[in-house]
Amino acid sequence: MTKSILPVLTVLAAIVAVWYLAAVWLNSQWVYDQAARAGTEVGFSEMVAQTMAQERPVLPAPHQVAAGLWDGLAGQKVTSKRSLVWHGWITLSATLSGFALGTAAGLLLAVGIVHSRAMDMSVMPWAIASQTVPILAIAPMVIVVLASIGVKGLLPKAIIAAYLSFFPVLVGMVKGLRAPDAMQLDLLSTYNASGSDTFWKLRLPSSMPYLFASLKVGIAASLVGAIVAELPAGASAGLGARLLSGSYYGQTIQIWAALFAAALLAAVLVALVGLIERVSLKRMGIAR
Amino acid sequence: MTAIPVIEAEALDLTFQTNDGPIHALKDVNLTIGKGEFVSFIGPSGCGKTTFLRCIAALEHPTGGTLRVNGMTPDEARQARSYGYVFQAAGLYPWRTIAGNVKLPLEIMGYPRAEMNARVEKVLELVDLAGFGKKFPWQLSGGMQQRASIARALAFDADILLMDEPFGALDEIVRDHLNEELLKLWARTEKTIGFVTHSIPEAVYLSTKIVVMSPRPGRITDVIESTLPKERPLDIRDTPEFLEIAHRVREGLRAGHAYDE
Repeated sequence: MTKSILPVLTVLAAIVAVWYLAAVWLNSQWVYDQAARAGTEVGFSEMVAQTMAQERPVLPAPHQVAAGLWDGLAGQKVTSKRSLVWHGWITLSATLSGFALGTAAGLLLAVGIVHSRAMDMSVMPWAIASQTVPILAIAPMVIVVLASIGVKGLLPKAIIAAYLSFFPVLVGMVKGLRAPDAMQLDLLSTYNASGSDTFWKLRLPSSMPYLFASLKVGIAASLVGAIVAELPAGASAGLGARLLSGSYYGQTIQIWAALFAAALLAAVLVALVGLIERVSLKRMGIAR
Repeated sequence: MTAIPVIEAEALDLTFQTNDGPIHALKDVNLTIGKGEFVSFIGPSGCGKTTFLRCIAALEHPTGGTLRVNGMTPDEARQARSYGYVFQAAGLYPWRTIAGNVKLPLEIMGYPRAEMNARVEKVLELVDLAGFGKKFPWQLSGGMQQRASIARALAFDADILLMDEPFGALDEIVRDHLNEELLKLWARTEKTIGFVTHSIPEAVYLSTKIVVMSPRPGRITDVIESTLPKERPLDIRDTPEFLEIAHRVREGLRAGHAYDE
């Protein structure tokens, strides 16, 4: 652990350094323009200082984003519309319901596909086709169609999140449920085992490592779906709405703070699934 | 010998249809295995020894001739759970303990819980794995894993044990030991054993009957009744009688043009 700290910190420092350089370079134009308009000259160090403290920089400096993020997370009441915790919670609730829906759909379809050749041939192509359509094109239609029949709020967002998250679960579980080799299946055949015995005692346990790998991809995809679903309706709540209003008013710091909040949320969710994975595989005896 | 026949094959034929044309895996196989016999099938790869064993277990279906297992068709025998099958790989479930793995067929066959535990304990003792029930497969050596898979095949009351090169992946020292153990186990349980191998000493050491097979098409070229006593210490393999039988097996393999190519 201590051995890897140095390289990790080095990479982090390099990223931050590149970011600062890019911020100076991208924001300097505005500083020079202002100076020219006022008819003054700016020196190099003056210019650098000014690129670090603009209100609407092209690229906010890391410390500005950090301040924005901190203010959003800790500087506001959590019920405030300026609080990233509040917006994050809105997005999280859609993410989790979408993830639950998507996982259930992926699991059911995978079980069907593995047990029925007809389903394999009829469902799989559609599942693949569904993922080639950009989510940005589908999301507004889902929201409009559902709104026209009176469904608003959490559910449309959850459905869009599920649309993205069912696919990795489906693909992973089809692979996982087919993981047992011919010998394992032959063995059960010599016991004259039923289809349900084969499923519960062999196929399902064999698929667990595949399931958890899929769930990690699925929950991240679900978050992306929830955020994208918040964009088209001009929603007023959620990290997606925060991104959108930031871009309306040129509040780049707000955009970046919301982006990082989303990334943080994704990291926490994936880590949580990873933790559940470790605990359950350990209890099953698969992980050593 | 006038033992009750357990496995009877008559003019058995099996042709696989493949993209490269039909493959004659078994041709005109006639064989009777009596109750309590230890029969080895030996021959080069492609001679159909594994295929024949799989036919008995209803994992392959013959295209001609008749095959009776305990007086039933192989499929009926499978449904009656007449045999335990041991594969080349132990194939234990990594998510189950050794006891859990041995319990697997018992769960599927619906044994009552108390009886399951008693049986698991009994067969683990039989294969010399008492006290290892709570271990997971990865905590055991390859030889111990294979012994656990034999225990799994013994756990229910099948009187036939089919073994497809069960020790093929193990080194010779472990294999010698397991062969000795297998003979003791056979003597104690009085099961009928069908055993596929490509090792001549292994076949001669273990069997009461050695079936020599040869490929293209897969067929039986010789059936040798062993004259060795039932009690067989490992050093029986240096006696003239043993070498005599081994010689005859080798001759049988040669006669089948097994080494031509």
